[in-house]
Amino acid sequence: MRAYASDEALDRRVAGGGKALVPYITGGISADWTEYLLAYAAAGADAIEIGLPFSDPMLDGVTIQRASDRALGRGTTVEAILRDVAGVSVGVPLIAMTYANLVFRAGPASFCRRLVAAGITGLIVPDLPVDEAAAVARAAEEAGVALTLLAAPVTPGERLAEIGARSRGFVYAVSLMGTTGERDTLDDAATRLATRVKAVTDLPVLIGFGVSTPAQAAAAAAVADGVVVASALMRRVLDGATPDELGRDVAALRAALG
Amino acid sequence: MILMAEPAAGRFGDFGGRYVPESLVPACAELAAAFRDAWTDKTFRDELDELLAVYAGRPTPLTPARRLSAELGITLWLKREDLAHTGSHKINNVLGQALLARRLGRTRLIAETGAGQHGVATATAAALLGLSATIYMGSRDIERQRLNVFRMEMLGAEVVPVTGGSRTLKDATNEAMRAWVADVDSSHFLLGSVGGPHPYPWMVREFQRVIGTEARAQAPSLPDAVVACVGGGSNAAGTFAGFADTTARLIGVEASGGAAMTGGAPGVVHGTRSMVLQDAEGQVAEASSIAAGLDYPGIGPEHAHLGAIGRASYRTVTDAEVVTAIHRLARAEGIICALESAHAVAWVLREAGTPLLPAGSKVLLTLSGRGDKDMVALSEGAEA
Repeated sequence: MRAYASDEALDRRVAGGGKALVPYITGGISADWTEYLLAYAAAGADAIEIGLPFSDPMLDGVTIQRASDRALGRGTTVEAILRDVAGVSVGVPLIAMTYANLVFRAGPASFCRRLVAAGITGLIVPDLPVDEAAAVARAAEEAGVALTLLAAPVTPGERLAEIGARSRGFVYAVSLMGTTGERDTLDDAATRLATRVKAVTDLPVLIGFGVSTPAQAAAAAAVADGVVVASALMRRVLDGATPDELGRDVAALRAALG
Repeated sequence: MILMAEPAAGRFGDFGGRYVPESLVPACAELAAAFRDAWTDKTFRDELDELLAVYAGRPTPLTPARRLSAELGITLWLKREDLAHTGSHKINNVLGQALLARRLGRTRLIAETGAGQHGVATATAAALLGLSATIYMGSRDIERQRLNVFRMEMLGAEVVPVTGGSRTLKDATNEAMRAWVADVDSSHFLLGSVGGPHPYPWMVREFQRVIGTEARAQAPSLPDAVVACVGGGSNAAGTFAGFADTTARLIGVEASGGAAMTGGAPGVVHGTRSMVLQDAEGQVAEASSIAAGLDYPGIGPEHAHLGAIGRASYRTVTDAEVVTAIHRLARAEGIICALESAHAVAWVLREAGTPLLPAGSKVLLTLSGRGDKDMVALSEGAEA
């Protein structure tokens, strides 16, 4: 299963012995938000996660909640974000991250087709566990979108194998039991989970949630194939850091991952 | 069979399910297995029944509303959940879940609350069973339900204000679920209504079934209509469960500003697929009701199913009708009910004598809670 653009980019990095870096940006957080996409790509991102903000981000900590509120507060919509994305050439695969209600409200098939039309080839839905994923997975496959599933520290072995088999693009290993957000240290559960996931799938395994610093990224990538970094970057964006400044943050993560 | 068995795969027709982060799936599965086991365990049932009787004050009476019946030209019976300990039906579910939490070895209860009735009930059960309790409550609800905040704190619970989003029940529920993810080993998420991921809609309906079972046995004859207010829909689900296999019409009454059945569309929020107030892209709308307990943009999935198949119907009343209903019930029957419960009363007042509720109808109405908590707001002329 290597039919997706996002797979190929990550696979190339991982096959070459490298570690994948997937930074996150909340879509529509500012008028010029796509500048962050370009800065991330220029700084060495292998793919970029674009958050489609939802009114009730149940799995997100305060930073992503604030980012979502700010984006929605300035009147952004999925439609506007996808239009913005379609208007830029980023050069790395783009992955949408959003909650199930936005996918089901549009209808999974229509939603996935619109992603592809905008140039987005991956999808992550944190409140769509593998048992509920069939309809979205089918629609994603037909549209050519890689639906990436999440594994958690408490996921039992048999279930982990099913997640590994049904996930596309990569497997998202949730580093800890909790919401998104920066942490002082990388939870030991992260590397334990990444090891377990790697044993049941050939897909790249990326650790996300709480990966906050270049050192933590390096520690995570010692076991996993890469990292997703969101809150640490979004805190900076919320504080007013420019795309250039965020590019330097991403470059530091890139350097730490090698 | 509706309103009876465990829903297969957690589904009520097209509704229900378990749309939760992977981190919560094992906890939901464990809870479903534990409830399934406990509900058929005589020891568990006996302990719960004992608590409901000697602690919560069950059975609650069925009161004939004689003066109001005469004025309206119908026969109206009131199922008096307002007389249950802590002042509402919430205690039925809370005692059941708290016993289950203890059975699972959990030491902390996490709950969301809107009007504060569920929070008070949870704090009460925690005190009774020696568990700790953390209650999430929207900061807007804290302002309008100060008395219940004080009660929860007096009972030893920690009340955490939620300042995100609309600062009401929806946001308190998000925050409670976040807290649960972070402490899933030692906490039980004590959800107060028939929403949320499987097994909650089924389990909470079963814990509230006692309302309908008692009412069925107490009613002098089978009612033509069974009426209850609906926010998430737990008192309605429990009441309806007692009459599912009869010819009685089942009527849920929503707040006009929080009418998920009347004004919503199918959606996935708080772990379940049900009817949800939302915009064209799926952003959840902010409900607006005088009754904090009904200020919720969703509804339990079994109600969505009952509505879809036509077994129950869902109607709305306005804030103004609710305030009128509280006063009229108080003067006619000497009962001051909660703003939430007054929605059911308001609908009966409006429709008695119309084709929806013809003269001579026998009506059983669940009065889900008492109005003490609302007195400050009403005396200040609570605005909509």
